[in-house]
This record gives sequence, C-alpha cells and structure tokens, in this order.
Amino acid sequence: MNAIAQINKSLPVAAAGQLDQQQYLTFMLSGETYAMGILAIKEIIEYGNLTEVPRMPDFIRGVINLRGAVVPVIDLAARFGKSATDLTRRTCIVIIEVANGEDAQDVGVMVDAVNEVLEISAGEIEPVPSFGANIRAEFIDGMGKINGKFVIILNIHQVLSVEEMSTLAGVNGNNAESAAA
Amino acid sequence: MNIDEILHTFIAESRELLQDMEDALLRIEQSPTDEELINAIFRAAHTIKGSAGLFGLDYIVSFTHVAESVLDRVRNGELHMAGELVAVLLSSCDHLALLIEHLASGGGEPAAEIQEKSAALIAALHVYLDEGAAQTTGVVVQAELSLHGSSEGGGEVETDLWHISLRFGLDVLRNGMDPLSFLRYLGTLGEIQHIVTLLNDIPATELMDPESCYLGFEISFKSDADKASIEGVFEFVREDCLICILPPRSKISDYLRLIAELPEENLRIGEILLRCGTLTQAELDAALLLQHGDGSEPVRPLGEVLVDAKMVQSPVLEAALGKQKLVKEHKSSEANLIRVDADKLDELINLVGELIIAGAGTNLIAQRVGEADLLESTATLSSLVEEVRDSALKLRMVQIGGTFNRFQRVVRDVGRELGKDIELVISGAETELDKTVVEKIGDPLTHLVRNSMDHGIESAETRLANGKSAKGTLKLNAYHDAGSIVIEVCDDGGGLNKQRILNKAIERGLVSEVNNLSDREIYNLIFEAGFSTAEAVSNLSGRGVGMDVVKRNITALRGTVNLDSIEGQGTRVTIRLPLTLAIIDGFLVGVGSSVYVIPLDMVVECIERTAWENAGGDGRYINLRGEVLPYLRLREHFEVAGASARREYVVVVRHGENKVGLVVDRLLGEFQTVIKPLGRVFNKIGGIGGFTILGSGEVALILDVPSLVRPAVNFETKVQTAAASGLTDQRI
Repeated sequence: MNAIAQINKSLPVAAAGQLDQQQYLTFMLSGETYAMGILAIKEIIEYGNLTEVPRMPDFIRGVINLRGAVVPVIDLAARFGKSATDLTRRTCIVIIEVANGEDAQDVGVMVDAVNEVLEISAGEIEPVPSFGANIRAEFIDGMGKINGKFVIILNIHQVLSVEEMSTLAGVNGNNAESAAA
Repeated sequence: MNIDEILHTFIAESRELLQDMEDALLRIEQSPTDEELINAIFRAAHTIKGSAGLFGLDYIVSFTHVAESVLDRVRNGELHMAGELVAVLLSSCDHLALLIEHLASGGGEPAAEIQEKSAALIAALHVYLDEGAAQTTGVVVQAELSLHGSSEGGGEVETDLWHISLRFGLDVLRNGMDPLSFLRYLGTLGEIQHIVTLLNDIPATELMDPESCYLGFEISFKSDADKASIEGVFEFVREDCLICILPPRSKISDYLRLIAELPEENLRIGEILLRCGTLTQAELDAALLLQHGDGSEPVRPLGEVLVDAKMVQSPVLEAALGKQKLVKEHKSSEANLIRVDADKLDELINLVGELIIAGAGTNLIAQRVGEADLLESTATLSSLVEEVRDSALKLRMVQIGGTFNRFQRVVRDVGRELGKDIELVISGAETELDKTVVEKIGDPLTHLVRNSMDHGIESAETRLANGKSAKGTLKLNAYHDAGSIVIEVCDDGGGLNKQRILNKAIERGLVSEVNNLSDREIYNLIFEAGFSTAEAVSNLSGRGVGMDVVKRNITALRGTVNLDSIEGQGTRVTIRLPLTLAIIDGFLVGVGSSVYVIPLDMVVECIERTAWENAGGDGRYINLRGEVLPYLRLREHFEVAGASARREYVVVVRHGENKVGLVVDRLLGEFQTVIKPLGRVFNKIGGIGGFTILGSGEVALILDVPSLVRPAVNFETKVQTAAASGLTDQRI
C-alpha cells in the first residue's frame, strides 16, 4: 500500500453518530485489525521526513510537512498504551481532520499497514464490550463483523481529541521543565 | 447594484466618522474656538445624516438632524462650545454609534429603549437650539484667533513683556500729534513697565527746530492685548514713524502654538503669520511692497523680508514655514489612502510566505549544483523576495497612536467618575505594530489604564498633602526595541506597596512566610488570579479579576508584562510584544540531529567554547567579559539523544534586559523563515514558539526565547541573592 490515495472530504465531519455511515477503512495496528469511518479521512501518505518535537508524550511522534502545513503525527499503538510502532515498508500515515470546537485540525495517524475500505451495515455492528478490549472504552464505537471476525471500530474523534492531547502535552512539558530547572 | 455592500461601506465610514467626531469633541474642550475642530464635528454629523438619508434610515436622520442644527449654530458663532454642550454632544455621538451598531446587527426599527434615549437626547439638544440671544458671549470671529487668557507663565517675568520701538518722524508735532498722548493712550491698554527716551537724534541746540520731533522711545510694555490693538494705538502717526512691535517671549510660544493649530489649508506665509497675529495687515502690505521692491532686485522670500524688517521673530517665521510644508505633505498623503479588505492582505502574506519557502528550496539546489550563473540569479531572486516580504508585512502595520488616542475618552470619563483630575500624556504614537496585535492589546491596556487611575493615582487631597500636584499624570509610551515593541503605562501615583502585596500573598498561600523574593517578583505577584489589595471594591476594579486576564492576554500574543514601582512616586507597567508574527529572519543551529531556529533579532553574539569556565561548582553560568551569563544546554533542555559534541558553541540571546547563552553543537547560518503556528496540540511546550519549514522540506522548531530566558533568569537572580546573603555554599 505505497500509493497515495486521496479520499473525498467534501462531507462535513460528524463528531458523533459515526455508526450511521457505511464505509470504513480497515488497517493493522500491532498485529490487530481496526477500522475507522472514512468521512474524517483526508488522505493516506507514506511515512517519512518526520521531525521530532521534544518533551512530548510518547504517542506524539513528531510533525511532518504536508504541502506547507505542519501536521502532528500520532502513534496509535502508543496512544492505546501499547509499545511504540516499529517502522516497516508498509507503515503509513493517515491524515484525519479532527473537529476542534469550531475549527478543524489535521492530524496524522501512524499505522502498520492499511487494508481495504469496506462497507459495514449497522446491523453487523455489535455494541462495545464492557471489558475485554485492551483499550479505553470511550475510544471504541463498536465491534464490526467482517468475514466472521470482529474488528474494533474506533471513535477517531475521541482518540485524537485535541483537548486531551494538549493537556497531556502540557503536563509532560511541565514535568520535564520542573525536572530540568 | 448591491445595496448590502454599500450599506456595509456606510456603516464602516460612519464608524470612522464617529471616531473622528469623538476625537475632535475631546480636543475641543481644550481649545473651544478652534475652527477646524468645529468644522470636523459638523462635517461628520452632516455626512452621516446625508448618507443615512440615502438608505431611508429615518431614525438616524432625524436624530442626526438635530445634532447637525446645533453644530451649525456653533459654526456660525451663535453658540459657544462650553463643557455642558460638549458633554451633550459626546452623548449624542455615543448614541449615534449605538444606532449604527443597531443597523449593523440587522436594522429595522430600533427597540423602544433606544427610541426613548433618542428622544431624550433630542430634547437636550433642542435646549441649545432655542437659546438664541442668551449665548452671544464667546463669538467666534473669522480672522482672529484670540490670544486672551492663553499665555503660559503666570508670574511677573521680566521678559514677559511686549517691546515697542518707536521713532517718531520729524513732522509729528507739525501734524498736530503729541507723542505723549500716544504713550498715555498706550497706557490704557496695559502697563508701561519701562521706557527709555532716545535723545541721540536731537541735534545741537543751534540747529534744533522746535517744531520738529526728534524723539524715539524704547518701551517695555505689559499687556494682554494683541498686536493689532497695540498697533492701532499709533494709527494716526503710522505713516510718519518707525514703529516696531515685538511680542514678549511667552507670546512667541503662543504664536508658535497658534501656527501649529491653524486649519490645514494651503496658506501662504503671509497669511499664516497674519492669522496667528504676528503680523498685522498693514505690516504685511508694507512687507509685500518691500519684497517686490523696485522690480530690479530679485524677489526675496517674504519670510526674509519680514524678519529683516523686524516685523516678525525668526522662531515664529520658522514655525510658519514648517507648518506650510507640513500642510503640503499632509495634503499629498491624505489623498492616497485606499481601503483594502483584511482578508486579501492575509492571503497576500500567506502567498509571500510560500514564496519564501520555495525560494529557500531553490537556493539549496542552486548551491548544490554550484553553477555561478544560477547562484547569482537565485541570489537576486532571494533579495527581491526579501523586499517583497518586508513590503507585504508593512501593509499590516498600523500606528498605535489610534489606540492611544481612544484612551483620551477613557481617561476623561473615568476621571469624571472618580472625581480625579488626571492628564493623559501620549508619546510614541507613530510606533507601528501589526494590525491583529493592535486589536488585541486594546483590552489589556484599558484595564491597566483604569487600574492606574483607580488604584494608582491618589485623590487630589492626598496628593496635595504629599507635596504632589493635584493633577495626576498618566503616560502612555511606545517604542521599538530589538525586534519587540515596548508599551509603557506610567502613572505618578502612590506606587505599589510591597509589604501589603507580600502580606496578601502570604495570606492567600501563594508564597511561604520565609522567602527571599526580589522586588520584581513581589510586584509580579499581583498577576495571580484573584489577587487584590484594594480595601474597597468599586465597579471599576478591586475584585481581583483583571490583572491575571491582562497577563493571559499578553502571553497569548507571545508577549511579556512587567511591573516597576517606587512607593509614593508611581508605577510603570512595561509590556513587551514581538513585532512580526508571520515571517522572521532566523538563525539556524543544530543540536544532535535536530535543527532549531532562533529569531535573529534576539541573537546578540556567538561564542565558541571548548573548555567551560564555571564560576563555582555546578553553577550554570559563564563569565562573559565580566558579565554573569546563565546558560542553557539545549541538548538537555530538549532531551535530545546522543552525546555532547566536543566543540560546542554558545549563542547569546537577549530578551529585554535579560541575556542567556544557549549551548548548541553546530551553527548553521541565517535563514528567512515563515512561522507556522503551533496549533493546540503543541501549544503548551515551553521553549518552542512555532514551526518552520526549511528549504529541504524538513520541519524545524523555532525557539521561544522569552520562555527559555525566564527560568534561567530566575536562576540568575537566585544566584545573585544567594551570593548577596552569603549563602554561596548552598546548592542552588
């Protein structure tokens, strides 16, 4: 999956109620398959040219230059509390437009590999299990059934909540500052 | 034809006109007979009425009509601009602004309360319309700018006198005139302080003709009359005698001031001097005759002639010449303004930013290819791009004078409310800053001004009791300094009481009882939320919500704010803001494999250090030619992986009066960069002020020097205070 694919972003981003839509992008993360709604996805690009930003929590890997705009790149695996993603030939960055109050911000998400775009009807989506999934419950929108197997559908807006990330970044920064001072 | 668009223009223009009107009304209190101001106010009302009529906005038209009628009466000299009238007009101006805002937010018939207010103000204005004969005092006469009651210096100063030089002609006595009677008449206009009779013209007794007059007088004359009246005393003998009237020293400054206040028309020198009262019509005619002479000599400039003939003092003449030039310049610059949509400007600046990045990329490639022609061409391109960048950024620069002038109104109103007499002194109004900064600095400044007026400047009685003048002074000052703009708010009030602040802070648990805070740190405690040492809460201040909001707003603009105070004498708040927001000259440095950009105007020098000179133990400071320079290892600060290089460089940066050394591995040269904002995710990192994109396409981090300087400075003051208190063996 080394091609650069642009997905139509003419539809406005929905903060909640993602389950009404039908198409999902499936991708690999730490050996498991996940899915996210395509409405928020702007493009998928190769991994490369990442500039690290100091004193950031682990899941913020750095920033990249996307045609003149500076876009932060998040490591989803690290965000879910797992170990950091290894870089392989198939590693990609998925650029997602995250609603942030009134304005939207582009955020890049590092994934191990990108699979296909599938249609999952609402009937094939099971509600979130109360425990058993090893990521936070609010990050999951539901469990989709694909070919008899379950795929975790992510609530990408919660995962990439800018509020939460900036708070975490601030805490990290302050800790580091008081340690160094 | 789009009515909506035109309506927008009308609203924007009306806002501007109302602002002009308010400014003029504030100034007219100081000079009630100033023609130009009265005209400006009238014009503003008249234009608004006319344009409102075009749109059929009856509620605006009817209101403005009454105001216009009153102003017309003032213009014709039937009404005098007294304090009351000014107050009513100011309220009318405010009400008009309200009506315009109502229109801007949708229009339609205004709410009942607005209509009531209109009616009330119209009634108040009508009072002035109906007052006919009662207000004939203070008539404004066209050609005479009255000097009465406007001299500076109230005391009996020796030089505060007119000097009249009289040389009576030979035939004066024969014509039936008596010099003495003139002098007596002169005495009715004022007081002859000193008179010297000049007798050297009197020939020897044998040759003297008893019917001829050989007398001359030099008179020092104290009077409040103007030159024309004094000259009028000698009306009958003017043809026969040499009369020279020189204004007293204080009057010269009056003349100078008058010349400055003359309306902005293209006047000729003679007219200017005539208007300000330095010349009388007769003198002007005589001088013009002299100037053109017998036609054989070249025509000298009128000014020269006047000074030579001692009709005019040279400082006054120079002022008049200066004014003439100024008027010409203003005329030419006034006509060249054009309204531009702010969005279009922003777009332009974005494009310029992209152009710079693309240019940097081309430069890199050219250097790699190494061909001389290409290098030269890209160098020319770069310098042109730099010039375009500078021009584009200047487009967004606005003078801070506009914001400062708004405070005249604030000071006036708040002064009234508090019953304090406070004067606002503005300097540095021409200092320019970016439009967005100007807009956002308004609120914090307003709060600081109100604070100074409420808490800083004491009541008139307290001031007099302390030996200060009853009138308080509030100064607003702005100037550029090393890539920042500095705004100062100074008052000559009571200053900050350190002990009270400290006590309040201890009470609130902000600091422990035992501490060694520097003065500055104590003052800066008042920026903490909820802090106030005011005993009483007024609706202006005292609740303790203001200062921390001020600090937050200023920090949001990437600025800093500091307080300085001398108890009993006054307080000064210094706000420092970065000048340019979008594009800066940067200095690239490398640490490990990362590249950082330091704003070039904050860089003072670069030093190479292989061995470290520590002033003791772990002390993180070096000796820079005798100066204590705290330093920061960027590698440690940003937790960059890898070992330190053997050879390191120290880049000395400056923010305000504080300097810090930043230790880096490599120096990579100057570079023009476009600042990309951090965004909310990265907003909270200390030390990083923005991103930028290098020519190679990589992202580099721009250092936020103020936040780097701060902890280092705190460290430095700790070192100094520790050393001062003899605690040098303590680990800091």
